[in-house]
Amino acid sequence: MDFIAILSIFVMACFVGYYVVWSVTPALHTPLMAVTNAISSVIIVGALIAAAGAGNPVAKWLGLAGIVLASINIFGGFAVTARMLAMYKKKERPAAAAAKGAAAAKGDKA
Amino acid sequence: MTLPPPTLLPPMTSQMPPPAPPMAQQFPDIPAVGEALVSHAVNPWVALAYLAAGVLFILALRGLSSPSTSRAGNRFGMAGMLIAIVTTLVTHQLASLPEILAAIAVGGAIGWVIARRIAMTDMPQLVAAFHSLVGLAAVLVGWAAFLNPEAFDLLVVTGVSSNQDLVSIKTAIGPVSRVEMALGVAIGALTFSGSVIAFLKLAGKMSGAPILLPGRHIINLGIIVAILGLTAAFAMGEVDNTTYFAAITVLAFIVGFLLIIPIGGADMPVVVSMLNSYSGWAAAAMGFTLHNTAMIITGALVGSSGAILSYIMCKAMNRSFLSVIAGGFGAEAGPLGDGAKTDRPWKRGSAEDAAFLLKEAENVIIIPGYGMAVAQAQHALREMGDVLKGHGVNVRYAIHPVAGRMPGHMNVLLAEANVPYDEVFELEDINSEFAQTDVAFIIGANDVVNPAAKTDKSSPIYGMPVFDVEKAKTVMFIKRSMGGVGYAGVDNDVFYMDQTMMLLADAKKMVEEIIKHLD
Repeated sequence: MDFIAILSIFVMACFVGYYVVWSVTPALHTPLMAVTNAISSVIIVGALIAAAGAGNPVAKWLGLAGIVLASINIFGGFAVTARMLAMYKKKERPAAAAAKGAAAAKGDKA
Repeated sequence: MTLPPPTLLPPMTSQMPPPAPPMAQQFPDIPAVGEALVSHAVNPWVALAYLAAGVLFILALRGLSSPSTSRAGNRFGMAGMLIAIVTTLVTHQLASLPEILAAIAVGGAIGWVIARRIAMTDMPQLVAAFHSLVGLAAVLVGWAAFLNPEAFDLLVVTGVSSNQDLVSIKTAIGPVSRVEMALGVAIGALTFSGSVIAFLKLAGKMSGAPILLPGRHIINLGIIVAILGLTAAFAMGEVDNTTYFAAITVLAFIVGFLLIIPIGGADMPVVVSMLNSYSGWAAAAMGFTLHNTAMIITGALVGSSGAILSYIMCKAMNRSFLSVIAGGFGAEAGPLGDGAKTDRPWKRGSAEDAAFLLKEAENVIIIPGYGMAVAQAQHALREMGDVLKGHGVNVRYAIHPVAGRMPGHMNVLLAEANVPYDEVFELEDINSEFAQTDVAFIIGANDVVNPAAKTDKSSPIYGMPVFDVEKAKTVMFIKRSMGGVGYAGVDNDVFYMDQTMMLLADAKKMVEEIIKHLD
């Protein structure tokens, strides 16, 4: 791909990002940061190429180290986002929830 | 999966430059100077797979527009990541698959355990730590690409010479790739060191107060200019210059450190958002280097996301982005900003008084702040809300955009405590309701209810949008002591109003006391 084609994708993606992020509800800004963290670790692709490439052992080890760091972020980022979003599940109305709420709170901690 | 055999020299057709060197007739497979030396055949399906991953990442963010679609969005994100990783693995000759899988397993296990164990109050420092990992990964990938450019298809032909039957081709990393690489590594390094400082400040392992070096603006500007100059020299140079590349990396580490050191306290939400943005730009720069659409789309999304969050945070504090970057906010504020003012009379209430008034109230608005998170009072607070609802009180929560140490921090803590999200309101949605409110219950917040932001032009927080708590019939203010003031270091007139009842205690203990007296 030539540079201009890549630049076009980048500029379009910036606009998509702008409109998509403004539509995120402020209540979910913390999960937004956690999930953007996870997806920006797509940089693992570069680390995989480096680790797979034969020829330069230093580059390979840098790649492997990059894979470890990016994996921490991918698994950690998606898991912590899922954990937060699970807390935003629609709760039952207060009248019915009084007893169940306590049970649910215990369940969350487990 | 069968892999196409790597061809070192792609067949040349009509791409030869007009004055064809005599050698080219002899050896039609020899590339011309300036051509890219592509060692891996580009498969259109691979490009489509990365594009699909990019689209799934867009859907992941789109899902966050509402809590009901957010979980599906998160799964889209995971699917996108899986596609990107699997595509990369199956399209490269893997000399070291066991090591790669082991590296993923080690990192994955660490990430998983951290994500399970982290307390919701500690989310800001976790996010900062994760940003630092993205930054460091970008640096490692950039260096790996620099050391093994052939694996990344970055080589271009810089010279062709023949000696009888032997043709030797000289190659180097292309100048455009070098600029992309240098910028990627610089942004990555800056993100890393900046995020480490942010992490240390947020986790309380380093003083949150701004540290001001003399002449820091000139130093920072000088380093940034030096990085850009070295990038230009690195791109123009004949050979791939390791010294320049290393200097760029080191200077970027230093400037990341220097940029975050002077920022502290109330500006931390902006810092976290800003580093979020940087981590995205680092990924995008690497995507340019690797010609990878998934990385470019993601980088652009994350970059704009962080930039928008920084903008929202700055606006919520009425501060310009530049003044936040410049740092030093709240540096000179002592615990008692204005000694004379603190002599004014104020009223102390007890848990019993508070419980009585709350029970009799019709409308209660609870305003949580960072102090609630520190005291871990969110569960007790929700319990108090439930008991009050049992007494027929209309309980709502009001959240200021900069409450807490990162955007949306309070919302997560209340969600953790099982507060239904339709009882939680944003500043602009609830601020008109205080006149009809019997009790404004402030727990761990301060600057966001300070009327000086509306009236006192000399106040450092002047112009910041705040809750109109002074319009409520009664204001209850939970605070540790009268001594401390908010992060901005300004006295708060709300303390001394006739209708204000100061509840001086640890937030969690006070709420628990109130619950006891409610029955």
